[in-house]
Amino acid sequence: MTRFLAYRILQSVVVVVGVTILAFLLLHHLPGGPARSILGAKATPAAIAAFNKEYGLDASLPVQYVRYVDLLLHGNLGYSYKLNISVDALLSLDLPKTFFLVGISFLIAAVIAVPLGIVQAIRRNRLVDHSLTGVSFVLYSMPTFWLALLLIDLLSARLQIFPPEAPQGTTLSQVITDPLALVLPVLTLVLVNFALFSRYIRASAIESLAQDYIKVARAKGLPERKILWSHVLRNSMLPIVTLLGLSLPWLFTAGLVIEQIFNYPGTGLLFFTSAQSQDYPVELGITIVIAATTVVGNLLADLAYAVLDPRIRYS
Amino acid sequence: MTLFTRPPGAGGAAAAPEPAPAGGAARSRSRIHLSVLGIIGLTVIIAACLFCFVGPLVYHTSQVASNLAAANLPPGKGHPLGTDDNGFDILGRLMVGGQSSIEIGIAVAIIATSAGVIWGAIAGFAGGIIDSAMMRIVDVILAIPALFLLLILATSVAPSVLELVVVLSFLSWQVPSRLVRGESLSLRTREFVQAVQVMGGGSARSVIRHIIPNTVSTIVVNATFQVADAILVLAVLSYLGFGLAPPAATWGGMLSNGSSYIFAGHWWQIYPVGVLIVIVVVAFNFLGDALRDVLDVRLASGGAS
Repeated sequence: MTRFLAYRILQSVVVVVGVTILAFLLLHHLPGGPARSILGAKATPAAIAAFNKEYGLDASLPVQYVRYVDLLLHGNLGYSYKLNISVDALLSLDLPKTFFLVGISFLIAAVIAVPLGIVQAIRRNRLVDHSLTGVSFVLYSMPTFWLALLLIDLLSARLQIFPPEAPQGTTLSQVITDPLALVLPVLTLVLVNFALFSRYIRASAIESLAQDYIKVARAKGLPERKILWSHVLRNSMLPIVTLLGLSLPWLFTAGLVIEQIFNYPGTGLLFFTSAQSQDYPVELGITIVIAATTVVGNLLADLAYAVLDPRIRYS
Repeated sequence: MTLFTRPPGAGGAAAAPEPAPAGGAARSRSRIHLSVLGIIGLTVIIAACLFCFVGPLVYHTSQVASNLAAANLPPGKGHPLGTDDNGFDILGRLMVGGQSSIEIGIAVAIIATSAGVIWGAIAGFAGGIIDSAMMRIVDVILAIPALFLLLILATSVAPSVLELVVVLSFLSWQVPSRLVRGESLSLRTREFVQAVQVMGGGSARSVIRHIIPNTVSTIVVNATFQVADAILVLAVLSYLGFGLAPPAATWGGMLSNGSSYIFAGHWWQIYPVGVLIVIVVVAFNFLGDALRDVLDVRLASGGAS
């Protein structure tokens, strides 16, 4: 286990280093470079040279990369030329809002999807099962933004129940004071998550229902409710753990789209506006933080799996 | 995690020949019995291709010259699905916009799958440190959420059809490479691959003539899903304004335009295109699922190596 742990951690570090190199290289190949995007198309060569010198952009790429990593290791993600504020400050405001949106949607989706998946497994190939499979298939095939537009059209434009714009605010506590405005972005992400989970949970519940320990439980006369609650439910939740780890990149992607559509003031929206204005230190910072979160998520999912399922032993 | 594999065509009871389903083309599919959903998927895909590529030849509209006098018209005479805010006929625009979606989707699936197959087959066959290094590169690209990488890449190139194909392919080859690597790892220990080495055949021969052909069912199934994914991603990208530049028609761009008019009640500007995207994506997913059953592939999502 220790060897496996050490190997996995080392592997994760290698991947994170790779991410910083990839993101750094990509962003430094912007046409005209950062100077051009800050100073505008009409900047004189002298102004560009002065800008590059001031921000250390005249050094060679490897030197710049080493400097960047040095700052990164000291917790400094850089400085936004466009917004005139440090990337750390931006992220410390926006990351909690994104984690809140993604986290609460994940939880709600899990709470809905697990019981439904078990019901599907029990009523396998019956009407309930087929209709739920159909629903999740349709949801799964819907682009996130299309689902969001549908919900806006139905619940906001036609029925006028919820506002089409997420609550605005600089900090998380300001954002959650307006729960009504949170409903649509959260609901969209819940549906997206639900579509992703339900088939895994159904498959996992079908598998656990066929296990010997269920037969033993039935044979010793345990009431069906107890079997479902303590045996099937616990074992069907295993894939949720893995899914949380593995679907993080996907959740962030869906989160970005949803933040853009509902104007939710999180990291995704920040990334979107930075991409539009080519504010590359912000893009770089967000990319690295989110990729690192993904890598850590994968690592934790692997470990949690081993802790939750005693049959799994990594050698 | 190693994949449980079987050579294609040597499946168990599930793939055993059954009476051919009703239909004129039954004979040519004598070995491939697509499920009902698969046939529906295939039919819809063919219909969508006809709609997008043959449709404009029958139904003439201009999708380049705007006509503000005819802007935002509801469905009616002359415009079966109404017009958008530039006066473009929606039905005609759906056809033209679909062309780039389908072309790019299929091109990305082919390029990404080929690249992934070669990468994965080599990594799995080589094993050891080469395998680890190659798979860490895959991990790095997968660790950055696709849309974030896409936005970075899309802002640094002015997107044309060709560039979108390159960019989307760059972000799509990792999954097939993991799948094929898994199969390759188990195939290289099989007798028929080891026999090549015993007889003095080179590594290239083993990979090209023996490993890759045996992963072909995984490849075909994955490529089908890749088309669906690429069409979706392309729609998101155009929706966010990073796709093909106007006046090019794209499905995502149409939705993005129409979304400004939701509160004006212009349902015809979002529903036809939204429903069309979903139908085409579902069709490719149906086909992929059906092919998977037919070819008896076990697709695992790769997982950490």
